[in-house]
Amino acid sequence: MSLQPALFLSAHRVRLSGPVDFDGWRRAARNLTLSGVDPADVDWVLGEANPPDPAPEPTGELRVPREFIELSQTVICHSDPERFALLHRVLTRLQKKPELLRIASDKDVVRLREMEKSVRRDIHKMRAFVRFRAVGDYFVAWFEPAHFIVERNTNFFVRRFSGMNWTILTPYRSATWDGKELTFGPGACADDVPAEDAAEDLWLTYYKNIFNPARLKVKAMQAEMPKKYWRNLPEAALIPDLIAGAEDAAREMLRNMPTLPAPHHKTVQARHWTKPEGGPINTEEAASLADLRELAATCRRCPLWQDATQTVFGEGLPNATVMFVGEQPGDQEDIAGKPFVGPAGRVFDETIQEAGIDRSLTYVTNAVKHFKFEPRGKRRIHQKPNAGEVTACRWWLDHELSFVKPQLAVALGATAALSLLGQSVAITKVRGQVVQREDGLRVFLTIHPSFILRIPDPANQQAERSRFLDDMRKVKELIAAIGSGSRADR
Amino acid sequence: MAILSIRDKLAILSDAAKYDASCASSGAEKRDSRKTGGIGSTEGMGICHSYAPDGRCISLLKVLLTNFCIYDCSYCINRSSSNVKRARFSVDEIVSLTMSFYKRNYIEGLFLSSGVIRAPDETMAEMVEVARRLRVDEKFGGYIHLKTIPECSQDLIDQAGLYADRLSINVELPTDDSVQRLAPQKRPETIRQSMAKLRLRMEEKSEPTIQTKRKQRFAPGGQSTQMIIGADTATDDTILRTSARLYGSYQLRRVYYSAFSPIPDSSAALPLIKPPLMREHRLYQADWLMRFYGFEQKEILQASPNGMLDLSLDPKLAWALANRSTFPVNVNTASREILLRVPGLGTKAVSRILQTRRHQTLRLDDVARLCGSIAKVRPFIVTADWSPGGTLDSERLREKLTPAPKQLWLF
Repeated sequence: MSLQPALFLSAHRVRLSGPVDFDGWRRAARNLTLSGVDPADVDWVLGEANPPDPAPEPTGELRVPREFIELSQTVICHSDPERFALLHRVLTRLQKKPELLRIASDKDVVRLREMEKSVRRDIHKMRAFVRFRAVGDYFVAWFEPAHFIVERNTNFFVRRFSGMNWTILTPYRSATWDGKELTFGPGACADDVPAEDAAEDLWLTYYKNIFNPARLKVKAMQAEMPKKYWRNLPEAALIPDLIAGAEDAAREMLRNMPTLPAPHHKTVQARHWTKPEGGPINTEEAASLADLRELAATCRRCPLWQDATQTVFGEGLPNATVMFVGEQPGDQEDIAGKPFVGPAGRVFDETIQEAGIDRSLTYVTNAVKHFKFEPRGKRRIHQKPNAGEVTACRWWLDHELSFVKPQLAVALGATAALSLLGQSVAITKVRGQVVQREDGLRVFLTIHPSFILRIPDPANQQAERSRFLDDMRKVKELIAAIGSGSRADR
Repeated sequence: MAILSIRDKLAILSDAAKYDASCASSGAEKRDSRKTGGIGSTEGMGICHSYAPDGRCISLLKVLLTNFCIYDCSYCINRSSSNVKRARFSVDEIVSLTMSFYKRNYIEGLFLSSGVIRAPDETMAEMVEVARRLRVDEKFGGYIHLKTIPECSQDLIDQAGLYADRLSINVELPTDDSVQRLAPQKRPETIRQSMAKLRLRMEEKSEPTIQTKRKQRFAPGGQSTQMIIGADTATDDTILRTSARLYGSYQLRRVYYSAFSPIPDSSAALPLIKPPLMREHRLYQADWLMRFYGFEQKEILQASPNGMLDLSLDPKLAWALANRSTFPVNVNTASREILLRVPGLGTKAVSRILQTRRHQTLRLDDVARLCGSIAKVRPFIVTADWSPGGTLDSERLREKLTPAPKQLWLF
């Protein structure tokens, strides 16, 4: 870097037209940086704008990350007089080190981020703590921001209060919206807003009553609502008394003995909570599939009900020839309360349809009627039910079988096979076979459709899908055989 | 009965609403009143317009439509056996109160809940009517949160979802057994099914319709719930387990924990206690670990013999002290997942570390500038110029990192 001639070593003085004269700062900083002026030698002052520079503007190009422009537009609103010099220094440093802003631990970057945060916070607090008072249909507010944020922040109020006419006054600038246009004017003082407002009393009533004296946390309040804002918040005047009275109010609640029930309580109880007590149906007395379903809704035979949404009971034709038995409801079945409606259910539906089986003529259920899962963030990971849970739930399956009286049961997967046969089998070895139970029920064994979905390779998945379709075609043949044989018997 | 003024009603019905901790006004879609010429906007992040001395933010006008209630939940100030004063707002009154507060920039919107009068549908219909009046007649673009009554009809839920930003149903207590004991008329299974229905509707409506190719509106701010802690004997482990289940099952935006607080005219069924505020705070921290820090629910309390969070340490620090073999972690090489486990490093600090170390090797000073308190972080990390050496194994580490007990407020 070449040294500047001694003549220029005296401080450069730049005049900006106002505290947030971003364009003025940008023009000057660009020229100074291009001329190689040391940022430490520049004196930034506010006042009238620069007289036109007699010297020609230096030529050349400055490149900065896009982020710097947004950052500097925010930081320039800060009240620290050093902001112009700091931004200028960072602009200069960026020419040699374009990645500077990504180095979050750099001292200048740390300071810029602090200032950015402080301005953002002030913007946020202005949005929170401006309080309008109404004068007829007109609304006026007085606010004292910590930084020069009025110009930057008023669009928010336009977006929010388009249908009102309003003015926000601050010590250095005022902003007015007449329903069509936003205009800025000079600063004002607190006395320029009306001293009263009709709704303020209601607001104070609300503030007093929403406060819970049993949970006093003054520091938490002050961290978010620092005292510097209090003088313009009507509700803040209540704070000292609320704090002072809190202990007594809380102690009073603790001391008061519980009273007798209110007079109307008895009437309410009588009118709403005395059911014609038929009592729950006895589990042994279920006279129909519908009874059984109702009973199952409150099943607590194993602990799985605790985490699941609801019992997912079987569904379909009450005297179907074939009953499909899956493992357990999954995420979507648990939410919908119906079996086989999730992804595996769709594979099941598509496949049996292709095989020519009409689902509405079958009965579809699961070996276990509650969803077993482990929560993982926003998802639920399916967990295989254990033997104890399968056994506990078998009670329901046995009763479904005894009401529906199917001639064929299809065990979809190992859990269904375990429940139907009372012993575990290796499904991959026995798939496609029909096993006859002691009670005469024939059980067709195959995989669970979710098995297909878990195969990562598309070709293998397709192959497994066709095998499942083959199985369902066999089931279709079995149903057809039963149909032609048994209908004559009946 | 004497006729109550608006002011009297507001006093009664806001007092009755304050035990619901939910205050969020975030998550709504972007709305801007310039297009409608009305009043009100939402821009993603909600704004807290004030704070009460209980440290809670005041963002919404949180009131009940009425505190008459046919339920008799022993922890609730509005239970039917309570001798609290009763009042009821008309739809007009709530609408005008909301508009009048909103225009003065006191609030972000309305959080309307209600005691159940006569039948769930009747009460819910009035709440929906308030929301409809605000949206349609007043062209109100602010936030609306409706507490949903679990037993109401699907049709009313659909209308509520059309006008409201957020819907919520309270699970009330951490376990079904506690609900049955303390709120005998509430049915936990109905509450679950109602949350399931809300999730289902939100998923259905998030798909564009075939005809209009546009999404139908349904509660864009999602659903949330609240449970009261300290009114029953559930441990923190049980509570967090319930939360993890709720987040996983119903896609909740938030689970709120509300420390059981003494109420005027309390029921004999419950102990009179100070609200367990620190416990509530620790539960929120643990909740954050599950949602933003990649912790599994089971990990958080694995070191605790009684299933309770340590009240003197934040749960992440407690976990780190119980799992010292994971540390020290080299901030210049460790993955995001591991960095998020370091006590004292928040999600922002971790992002900054990851960003900065692409350009330069981090020293202890650098890390100090990126996090809140280097004293807490130091024992668990290695930097270019720092290694904790034996301090990590020191038995006194816990003592050193435990904040000095603060003077508590006299009660």
